[in-house]
Amino acid sequence: MLLSSLPLPWLLVLLPWAGAVVLAALPSARIAAMANIGVSAVALALALLLFWQPQGGQGWLQLDALNLPLLALSFIIGLAAAVFSGGAAAEGCARAWHGGFQLFMGAQALALLSESMGVAWLALVIATIAGALMVASQRTAPAVQAAWKFLLLCGTGIGLALFGTVLLQLAAQPLGAGLSWATLRGLAEQCDPAALSLSFVFLLAGYGSLAGLVPLHSWLPDVEAEGPLAMPALLSGLLPNAALLTVLRAKAVLGANPEAVAPGIFLLALGLASVLLAALALWQRGRAKRLFAWASIGQIGLAAFAFGLGGPAANMAGLLLLLGHALGKGAAAFGIGHAEQVKGRQGIAEMGGLCASHPGLGWALAFAIAALAGMPPFALFAGLFLLLTELAARGAWLLLPLGLGLLGMIAAMVTAMQELCLAGTGAEVPRRRGGWTRAQAMALGPPWLLLVLALLLGVALPGPLAALLAEAARIPG
Amino acid sequence: MSFGPQDIAHLPGGAMLLISFILLHRRRVVAAIDAFALQGAMLALAAAWQGWVQGAPQLYLVALIEAGAKAVVFPIALRRLSRRSGEQPVAEATGGVGLGLAAGIALVGLAVLLVQPIGAAGRIVTREDLVPALSILLLGLLLMVLRRDAVLQLVGLMSLESGAILAAVSLADMPLVPLLSTAGLMLLGVVLAGAFFRDGGRFVPDGEGG
Repeated sequence: MLLSSLPLPWLLVLLPWAGAVVLAALPSARIAAMANIGVSAVALALALLLFWQPQGGQGWLQLDALNLPLLALSFIIGLAAAVFSGGAAAEGCARAWHGGFQLFMGAQALALLSESMGVAWLALVIATIAGALMVASQRTAPAVQAAWKFLLLCGTGIGLALFGTVLLQLAAQPLGAGLSWATLRGLAEQCDPAALSLSFVFLLAGYGSLAGLVPLHSWLPDVEAEGPLAMPALLSGLLPNAALLTVLRAKAVLGANPEAVAPGIFLLALGLASVLLAALALWQRGRAKRLFAWASIGQIGLAAFAFGLGGPAANMAGLLLLLGHALGKGAAAFGIGHAEQVKGRQGIAEMGGLCASHPGLGWALAFAIAALAGMPPFALFAGLFLLLTELAARGAWLLLPLGLGLLGMIAAMVTAMQELCLAGTGAEVPRRRGGWTRAQAMALGPPWLLLVLALLLGVALPGPLAALLAEAARIPG
Repeated sequence: MSFGPQDIAHLPGGAMLLISFILLHRRRVVAAIDAFALQGAMLALAAAWQGWVQGAPQLYLVALIEAGAKAVVFPIALRRLSRRSGEQPVAEATGGVGLGLAAGIALVGLAVLLVQPIGAAGRIVTREDLVPALSILLLGLLLMVLRRDAVLQLVGLMSLESGAILAAVSLADMPLVPLLSTAGLMLLGVVLAGAFFRDGGRFVPDGEGG
């Protein structure tokens, strides 16, 4: 009773933003890092409490089966990133990093929870600004350049998405519908189909840039390579989820109008293009972080492809792909970030042999790459398996291009895993007896925790969560 | 044939579209910034006029904010950026100016084709408002693609956003317009600030930059 009266969704947005103000003002980086962990832990507790709160709207916010699992996931990743960055050596401007971190967490929560497409757009503007702040907090020339590229490309996407939002409002204008998703969906059948169709193209192109979908994807490798170590878990693990969820809500509106163009075809095209491009780009052997950025572009492309296919089973596959990607990406980002610190190198070839030299780190990274590549028994594999089964039943001709892209991605990732983790020996590194130090625990705990969650989602999806995901899969249509 | 306030509302939109072509044509960076300032003033005029036509006082606020940012603050900042970054006063245009203008005309044609079915339901006014807005947006995108100069890419982005805001103010009863406009300007301000920081990863004080 008490729980249902609490404005938990608003707290999930306002707590991180209040934390951002405090953290940006704290002069001590060490205290700020601990406070960042504290704020993230409280936010995660609040997010988990949402599972016991009744679903429905609260003003501009709404809680439903579609955003609930993504919210919980985002605050799990947020806490893991806060712990990892708290243990890592200080990088750049701590105030900008911690302030941007919590500003981003609140904004992506607002985007996920938003019941209005205008509020979702505002939230993603704030998330983009916070993302740029995090990247630029490194204060190196390449990082600032990457942040600017991110702002320019995502700013373009945001402009396109704003136009799509206006068009969607225009489609429903004679009916007196506002920007509420629920109202728009209810009145979609009477909306102008041409305006609805055009609006989806702009919304997909705009939010697709924030999700890292081709063709406005090129910010992602630069930002991941130059940003702080924990940042990829947030910008390519969480931002795509918030952006894609907004696209899915628009897809649900379009799907309710039989005269509007089928929105799935656009998602299928962008998703497939992202997978095929990632399959080629993953064979470039340079900085390891760029490799993981391309893996994200490919996996988000796969999720977009699944949502484009549509229907409860394919949507379920898409949700599992999003969840599995965020967990795998978080683990891989923390693993490679720690590897860069202990090895003092950034290239794949230069860091080789991690399992032999640093077993705890090496095996965590090896499993993380396997999880990110979509190998069993992790969550991404469950989503992939479901997607391929559904595709074989409904559009077998698409199996060939998707299968080729998928095979290319997996082969490239396994080769990278061999080079990074399994090749070479670690004889030159003296082994330390005893358990992990505090710094090691803060660096290695988060990736192992995320891997355990990815494993649980892959092999033993809890019944209530499976039911929630099945309910969520019916929403986008 | 009648001529009403809504017809006058098309004038600033049409002027903005014309200025988008001027932006594509101008190779001198300073001249392009001046044209952009004029486009910002036209956007403010469009918002104010729509505020009067629609009886929506919040659009006067949008007009004020857009005028302050796009006609005054951003152009001044862009001029300083151009001086500090030491970029060439005459920007390089991929494919030449003629090709850019031809592509621009093609994009306006595309905008007309895309918007045409929307007016079929009888809201011709909507179509007439939307064509210049979509054209300005697409021409802003084209400017970003064709120009390698960071300042002109920024002008392209700002022009693109102006097209989206023009569409938003033209649409009667569009909610949250002042908020959307302010957030858009905030993002553009951050992109602009990011451009100042690009040079060597730090802000280059006046006089030190190339």
